[in-house]
Amino acid sequence: MLLARLSEAAGVSGQEDEVRNLIKAELEKLGVSYKTDALGNVLAYKPGRKGGTTVMAAAHMDEVGLMVVGVEDSGLLRFKPVGGIDRRVLVAKQVLVGPDRVPGVIGSKPIHLQKRNERNTPLQWQELYIDIGAKDKAEAEKLAPLGTAVIFATSFKQLSDDIVMGKAFDDRVGCSVLLELLKEDYDCSLVCAFTVQEEVGLRGAGPAAYSADPDLALVIEGTTASDVPGVPEHGHATSVGKGPALTIMDRTSIPARPLVEKLRQVALEENIPIQYRRATTGGTDAGKIHLTKGGIPVAGVSVPCRYIHSPASVASLGDIEKTVRLVKGFLRREC
Amino acid sequence: MQEMIKSLSELYGPAGREEAVAAYIRDVMSPLADEVYTDTMGSVVAVKRGSANGKKIMLAAHMDEIGVMITDIDEQGFLRFSNIGGISPFTLIGQRAEFADGTIGVFGFEKLDDIKDLKLNKMYIDIGAGSREEAIAKVNIGDSAVIHKECIIQGQRVIGKAMDDRVGCAVLIETARRLNNSPHEVYFVFTTQEEVGLRGARTAAYSIDPDYGIAVDVTLTGDTPEAHRMAVSLGKGAAVKVKDASVIAHPMVKDLLVSTAKAKGIPYQMEVLERGGTDAGSIHLIRSGVPTGAVSVPCRYIHTPGEMVDLGDVTACVDLLAGVLEEPWE
Repeated sequence: MLLARLSEAAGVSGQEDEVRNLIKAELEKLGVSYKTDALGNVLAYKPGRKGGTTVMAAAHMDEVGLMVVGVEDSGLLRFKPVGGIDRRVLVAKQVLVGPDRVPGVIGSKPIHLQKRNERNTPLQWQELYIDIGAKDKAEAEKLAPLGTAVIFATSFKQLSDDIVMGKAFDDRVGCSVLLELLKEDYDCSLVCAFTVQEEVGLRGAGPAAYSADPDLALVIEGTTASDVPGVPEHGHATSVGKGPALTIMDRTSIPARPLVEKLRQVALEENIPIQYRRATTGGTDAGKIHLTKGGIPVAGVSVPCRYIHSPASVASLGDIEKTVRLVKGFLRREC
Repeated sequence: MQEMIKSLSELYGPAGREEAVAAYIRDVMSPLADEVYTDTMGSVVAVKRGSANGKKIMLAAHMDEIGVMITDIDEQGFLRFSNIGGISPFTLIGQRAEFADGTIGVFGFEKLDDIKDLKLNKMYIDIGAGSREEAIAKVNIGDSAVIHKECIIQGQRVIGKAMDDRVGCAVLIETARRLNNSPHEVYFVFTTQEEVGLRGARTAAYSIDPDYGIAVDVTLTGDTPEAHRMAVSLGKGAAVKVKDASVIAHPMVKDLLVSTAKAKGIPYQMEVLERGGTDAGSIHLIRSGVPTGAVSVPCRYIHTPGEMVDLGDVTACVDLLAGVLEEPWE
């Protein structure tokens, strides 16, 4: 499954190479022309049969992860987060370090040695380190020089007919949707932007939109689902299995109402269940895209994913398939 | 002018839903400008052409106001919401919500042990619906509401919601009416989505590509009991911005505003705003940079339904802008 390969590829913000290479290979298989820009965004062009409107579909390639920022004499690695990571999810997780995927584990002081008060508070960044089994500093520095990116060592798994689990669904599900979109011909022109560095400040999307210069844009995201115990129903941002989620507002943009309306209409006509993303927190590439040049109307469509920004997120294949149908339905109606 | 401020204040226009304000302004500006259009982000741009040797000057006031957006509707028909811009839950207690179609609701909140625990996610809007179905017939998820409040004119003072920044819109309109003798090509820009991040001004400025910018917005005052110290008072004239959190006024623009105010005897005061930003913050960073300043209307109780401004200050702002636009701007 393409999503499995996308999920397992390494792509910490700024070091998206594995994901980019995988996407480029897929684009070549599809016979779609593309370019890689100065920041590393991949822009894939599908000219329209009529070619009046140009629609940009955007998904980011990068994922949250860690970066090696120091090496101890003992060979243990110091690290810092890249993007928003809850340090409570890190303890004892297995990781892969650098392009050669050196295996390691995030270590910390074991329970036997912790003082009583230490057991009651989450470990601080400086109390965590990565152990790659290096015997000393020199060996560690050879395997993991400063700046090396670290990903979670998570294998993609199918949990049931519909539910899959893997890392980096935010936003590899979006990348997989874009690659599906490119398999069809439309009247309108389509530019698929696979962007870099979203997780550290929506950095790739602005320049991508600037050069793509579309008439309108759709941002495809893996977004947070909070249909879990302890959250009241009105606080569920989205729910897994209830179809694609339309953004009503987030911290970085208010979607263009006509586009949201059109998506809602397409869903109705094509009998696709949709939901609204109830949370208005967080930001997406839409924040940069809609403010590019003289302004670009943008809407957001998201696949609900539980536990994003952690080693393993959970999503529904049905939601992904419905997201593809919804966006294709939208594109078929553009000319 | 007073009636126009009242009308503008009472219009519905949360960030992202400025259409009603835009329609009002297009109507008023059409006879006053050579060209009026609405851009991609919904900003209204009215152009008044000057003589051949003038500069391209962009004036900006934002149409949008703070508000709330519906995020969920429960079985009983109660609406949950999130904030659009900087809105405090405490200012919502006892207020009424108004939706685009005129539907009115009441802000309520869950039982709390301590009122200090009040947060927006403990609040809801009650539109009197008996069920989710009944509610959805009027209001859907993603719809926005503003506080419903009448605007009062009491002597020299105006009290109402959304003075931030409808009073700025009124200043721009009045300036356009007064301006007959400017050598410059003046762009009167009524922007969108200022309250959520100075957004409409940015894309408008990109398209217009002006030589200079002036934002017109409200500013805080330091003239109320136990107020945070700030050398701006209601009734003491137009405030010429030196800086806020989004911009340091360009010295040329700031100095020109001050020298014009002095020459024409227009009451003015210097504004140093420690927090908050204006459209000037977006405009001055567009393309390779635009020298930008700002003129502010002093306003008490900003981001509450009781925003208060002084009509003398409003007139001073119009006098100052009309005056400065007749200067050569070299």
